[in-house]
Amino acid sequence: MAKVAAKPVRIVVAKVGLDGHDRGVKVVARALRDAGYEVIYTGLRQTPEMVVDAALQEDAQVIGLSIHSGAHMTLFPAVVDELKRRDATDIVVFGGGIIPDDDIAALKKRGVAEIFTPGTPLQEIVDWLRKRFPEQTRKP
Amino acid sequence: MWQEEFEASPSRDDGLETSTISGIPLQPLYTTADVPRREEELPGRYPYTRGIHPSGYRGRLWTMRQFSGFATAAETNRRYKYLLANGQTGLSVAFDMPTLMGQDSDAPTSRGEVGHCGVAIDSLADMETLFDGIPLGEITTSMTINSPAAILLCMYIAVAEKQGVPPSQLGGTLQNDILKEFIAQKEFIFPPSPSMRLVVDSIEYCAREVPKWNTISISGYHIREAGSTAAQELAFTLADGMAYVDACLERGMHIDDFASRLSFFFDAHIDFFEEIAKFRAARRIWARWMRERYGAQLERSWKLRFHTQTAGVSLTAQQPELNIARTAVEALAAVLGGTQSLHTNAMDEVLALPTDRAARIALRTQQLLAYETGVANTIDPLGGSYFVESLTDEMERQAEAYFKRIEEIGGVIPAIEAGFFQKEIADAAFRYQKELEQKRRIVVGVNDFTVDDEEPIEILRIDPRLESEQAGRVSEVRRKRDGAQCTNALNRLRKAAAGTDNLMPYILDAVRAYATEGEIMQAMIEVFGTYTETAVV
Repeated sequence: MAKVAAKPVRIVVAKVGLDGHDRGVKVVARALRDAGYEVIYTGLRQTPEMVVDAALQEDAQVIGLSIHSGAHMTLFPAVVDELKRRDATDIVVFGGGIIPDDDIAALKKRGVAEIFTPGTPLQEIVDWLRKRFPEQTRKP
Repeated sequence: MWQEEFEASPSRDDGLETSTISGIPLQPLYTTADVPRREEELPGRYPYTRGIHPSGYRGRLWTMRQFSGFATAAETNRRYKYLLANGQTGLSVAFDMPTLMGQDSDAPTSRGEVGHCGVAIDSLADMETLFDGIPLGEITTSMTINSPAAILLCMYIAVAEKQGVPPSQLGGTLQNDILKEFIAQKEFIFPPSPSMRLVVDSIEYCAREVPKWNTISISGYHIREAGSTAAQELAFTLADGMAYVDACLERGMHIDDFASRLSFFFDAHIDFFEEIAKFRAARRIWARWMRERYGAQLERSWKLRFHTQTAGVSLTAQQPELNIARTAVEALAAVLGGTQSLHTNAMDEVLALPTDRAARIALRTQQLLAYETGVANTIDPLGGSYFVESLTDEMERQAEAYFKRIEEIGGVIPAIEAGFFQKEIADAAFRYQKELEQKRRIVVGVNDFTVDDEEPIEILRIDPRLESEQAGRVSEVRRKRDGAQCTNALNRLRKAAAGTDNLMPYILDAVRAYATEGEIMQAMIEVFGTYTETAVV
């Protein structure tokens, strides 16, 4: 199918790691859907390999990761590395959760595009995506 | 007339909600007209709206029980000794994610998780280190663990044996509340039915062998933190409680043999009066159901005892010092609601596990409430308040309406499988988030009163080397133990799991043989299988 300007951005939203705290990921998923994105929520306890599989299968341009267990320094870069391994570095990775400031800088260096911490307005996440994908936001 | 004067007065008109944080509409004023006439309620008397003890906190203050655990058993053991030396009166163990999910520190999916949000426990050897030098016959311990709860309880019993303390002397609480895992926190492993069997096994075993142990802490905390309203927290938690009662009765136990060992765990959120009303309503509803529906004869079976934790979800990463004030208000609500024990969150818990300093301030907040403010001197001081009594009744009404809906779906487990609770909670969470976005509710420092440049606060870091060290420890345990004894114990457990025996003695044997938590879980998974939820957004 020819690429059209109005093609909505597809986002795979995933909980990586072992924790089951899915309040944040669900709220963000709904907000992104309301903002016109196509959102695929993978559910809990996804390994980096499973997340990348889902993103490739769903033809997603974006992966949104959520974690609350403190394992972000291991698992977020692992998703980025898996994308590299699968030659899919065009997929943008962002994340959210209980993540201290120092770690945010380190994660960005490791290839995570953006980190949203507790208290971030949903609109801020939507605005960030609109900036990244200016032409492709709304459903046709 | 007051009403006319009120309506003629200017109103604030700032667009803020005047309902409770859960959305219960509030009147500007409550009077005698809002409270129905009822027989005088007294503390220590059925239905215990005003408290379960006739002496309130005059007889005994609440237990100050700070939930803590991080990194290795040795480091957490040091923190426990520090907290006990600072006047804490009970222990409360936080386990790391692999332990909570029943897997060993060297499992591939434990990568990056070991020791991060709690202490890593793989086998009895770690548990021995965790409680080294802490006399288990003299303190009480709460353990927050669910799917593998039976295993950790057996480890505790086994450590006590080594200290020469018989199980009959052990006091403490096991969270062991699997239903709220399916509903909210999602740390499930087995499907609902074998999960419930393990819960009932532990309740039945403890009623006989560990009679002072609170075998389950039926938890609203996680339901609330996942985004529910106060009324949903109340209703879903008590509905879970009744489901456990039903399961125990089905096993053939007598209500009065286990009811008094059921305990509860609630959230203390930031909407002050709503929380107090919730606690009061919880006691009244439970007492009525236990006495009237279940026919419990003993008074102690009617009394709802609960632990409270201040609301983690109310804390803000922005201007985190403000969390000290939030936590103080929430803790006060718990105390005025008559809690039996309390955990106050540390200001930095929205960023990481607490530092020593932040943990001490959190504990000191409770001591300040207990010893400085005078609030413990009068029992249920808000009893008789037109507003609080009316709100207590409203909580009760809303909870009863939910019980009806759950019953219509066919009970708690069918409602879980239908995604009923999960959707109610997700809807409430989304509604609240929208209210914040629209500034119909204010969180100070987040959507108003913000500052641009915040100074970072000191946070606790977990050494990344810990994971491989802990993995080394667990393989050493595997190397040193009697391999045949361990394998035999696991085989016996597997066989028993396929039958109907109470599994506790089999798990205890495997624990004593230094089988790891992951190995014991695996033996049961081979029989029970695992559960995957259908994710709904």
